[in-house]
Amino acid sequence: MNYFPDEVLEHVFDFITSHKDRNSVSLVCKSWYKIERYSRQRVFIGNCYSISPERLIARFPGLKSLTLKGKPHFADFNLVPHDWGGFVYPWIEALAKSRIGLEELRLKRMVVSDESLELLSKSFVNFKSLVLVSCEGFTTDGLAAIAANCRFLRELDLQENEVDDHRGHWLSCFPESCTSLISLNFACLRGEVNLGALERLVSRSPNLKSLRLNRAVPLDTLQKLLMRAPQLVDLGIGSYVHDPFSEAYNKLKIAIQRCKSIRSLSGFLEVALHCMSAIYPICGNLTFLNLSYAPGLHGNKLMKLIQHCRKLQRLWILDCIGDKGLGVVALTCKELQELRVFPSDPFEAGNAAVTEEGLVLVSAGCPKLNSLLYFCQQMTNAALITVAKNCPNFIRFRLCILDPIKPDPVTNQPLDEGFGAIVQSCKGLKRLSLSGLLTDQVFLYIGMYAEQLEMLSIAFAADSDKGMLYVLNGCKKLRKLEIRDCPFGDAALLEDVGKYETMRSLWMSSCEVTLGGCKSVAEKMPSLNVEIIDESEQMEFNLDDKQKVDKMYLYRTLVGHRKDAPEYVWIL
Amino acid sequence: MSSENGKRLLETDAGGLNFEATELTLGLPGEPRVTSDGGAKLGSKRGFSETVDLKLGDNNQEVKLGHSLQEAAKSPVSKTQVVGWPPVRGFARRGKKSCKYVKVAVDGAPYLRKVDLEIYNSYQQLLTSLEDMFSCFTIRNYLNEKKIDQVNGIEYMPTYEDKDGDWMLVGDVPWQMFVESCKRLRLMKSSEAVGLGLKTAPKYSSTN
Repeated sequence: MNYFPDEVLEHVFDFITSHKDRNSVSLVCKSWYKIERYSRQRVFIGNCYSISPERLIARFPGLKSLTLKGKPHFADFNLVPHDWGGFVYPWIEALAKSRIGLEELRLKRMVVSDESLELLSKSFVNFKSLVLVSCEGFTTDGLAAIAANCRFLRELDLQENEVDDHRGHWLSCFPESCTSLISLNFACLRGEVNLGALERLVSRSPNLKSLRLNRAVPLDTLQKLLMRAPQLVDLGIGSYVHDPFSEAYNKLKIAIQRCKSIRSLSGFLEVALHCMSAIYPICGNLTFLNLSYAPGLHGNKLMKLIQHCRKLQRLWILDCIGDKGLGVVALTCKELQELRVFPSDPFEAGNAAVTEEGLVLVSAGCPKLNSLLYFCQQMTNAALITVAKNCPNFIRFRLCILDPIKPDPVTNQPLDEGFGAIVQSCKGLKRLSLSGLLTDQVFLYIGMYAEQLEMLSIAFAADSDKGMLYVLNGCKKLRKLEIRDCPFGDAALLEDVGKYETMRSLWMSSCEVTLGGCKSVAEKMPSLNVEIIDESEQMEFNLDDKQKVDKMYLYRTLVGHRKDAPEYVWIL
Repeated sequence: MSSENGKRLLETDAGGLNFEATELTLGLPGEPRVTSDGGAKLGSKRGFSETVDLKLGDNNQEVKLGHSLQEAAKSPVSKTQVVGWPPVRGFARRGKKSCKYVKVAVDGAPYLRKVDLEIYNSYQQLLTSLEDMFSCFTIRNYLNEKKIDQVNGIEYMPTYEDKDGDWMLVGDVPWQMFVESCKRLRLMKSSEAVGLGLKTAPKYSSTN
């Protein structure tokens, strides 16, 4: 390969798009490193504190698309204080100062201020795509800036963000000259939107393929939008409440029938059960159906809807579908790959409507199933063993029994054998979340069999340090490990500190690790940031090494201690 | 400052995970319950072999509990919650359409009102609505101090009782957190608020 001019290599590298592969390419030799870095356009940074914006810019001057993740995953469940970190402003500031022609920014679990959005909107002439997932810190004013200033905006995708909705006219801020929109998702906004502005925007966006509305968009507006955008591929319905005998409903039926390209349907944030038949004409082509925000949709009407969806590959649903409903899914959706069943009543244990039976039915009826998120009332070893046999292709298996230490209700045994069967059968398993009564044994199985495992979430499990040791020793590809309320202490933590450098991060909360143990890790491994999060002020007054640490988050980094940590975070 | 035990229960999400002591115990009915003396013992690690020999349902029952659940077992049932469980994003609020009605008391008014916090998206909207509701009063627009005439307009301070039973000033925490933790509202006469030394504006004002 030394005989090829650089341009040829560059052309070859163009075909290599996966981040992992490009990273590997850059390690071959200096010349490849150089060519790769100048030609790299897309960069993924899984932990925003592992590298600095300056170094990113220095290495990849041709950067066009940046993906950044901030807070640890457990922040989703209120285990991380609000202002822990993950601020995007310094990144945008640094990129703005440089000559980077940023076109796409994708953020997850980051704090995004209106100032950052405004700076972003004014600094990059060719900016095209903003995707914010589980972020917070901004208001609709920031969105207004994006709408007003990004002249070539193609994508504005807001997923599950905490947005302070000022009920402003951000939608009206898209200028008349903006006709480039391909994707617009504002389903997570709670406030009113200017419906007229929305209609006009959709009218002048001939390339619009994805439109997800919020609850404030009523049915008659939906009908008008669909008439103007029959080319939609992905639709998120806001409010779906109306009188089935009304003119609006008839018009809607006609409009929906014109939308022959819709493959993905979500929303129904407000729904009237008796009007679902209007949707049937598009059900036959759906590959993704997300009804997890529609508690009003249940029972027979829900069943009928699902029975029309024969090509479904991904289904997100609430547990009010029940085991019987999952049986209907099993009979109908033979192409199903991904199933997510969310709890409709998460804080009332005992009310979950699905059990191991529903899961077994789906596993039997849907052999292509490879991704699962399942909140349920109970689980048995026998069911898990059956599921493992039926579906050996799981890549993601996340099980959440609402009562966190519940044993197999039939045998009263821990669920070690059941999960053991899963990891043994599913040789490609990359992500696993455990729940139920579990001993060290399940971790022995995981260490032995889960060779491809990259992410593991553990809660209220195990009996001793051995559990954690089995995992750390056995899972060679482990990248993220998050643990809460397990009896793992310093012995496990300190056994192999070098391992943490091969991982992105480790989270341990309400375990048995002590301050002294954490200090020891920090001392031995300068390439790690070891953070102690303690809001109780104990750290101020009681620096005893034997003290147990409430929350510890450690991650590898190339840039040392971060400077933006709040006062209750100690970086050792 | 509450004890370390209380710290584990800082969850103020909507709803509660009703862990009755019975549900956590793996022993037979009639077994002696977990006592606070036994708590410390339960926290100790057990070896793998002990676990293997564990005969669930036997008389020599040991209950294995994570920290959070141990604390939950000790507390009165009604207040028992485990932080961050189940692992569902609080944002989702996927459940039955929730309405969060809270009582609103105004010092000096003969009767209370009720408002549904879920219909508002910000402190501004809530206070405006309260002003409409109690139209003969002027509620201190604490969130936007620039507008308020310091001499004439201020009459009432909006306060609320949170899930821990503490009375808090409206506006310090993010809106959604407020909605989840607010049990009732009280518009307190500003004259009674004198001496609280409230010089700094709350964090989550409309000017932020």
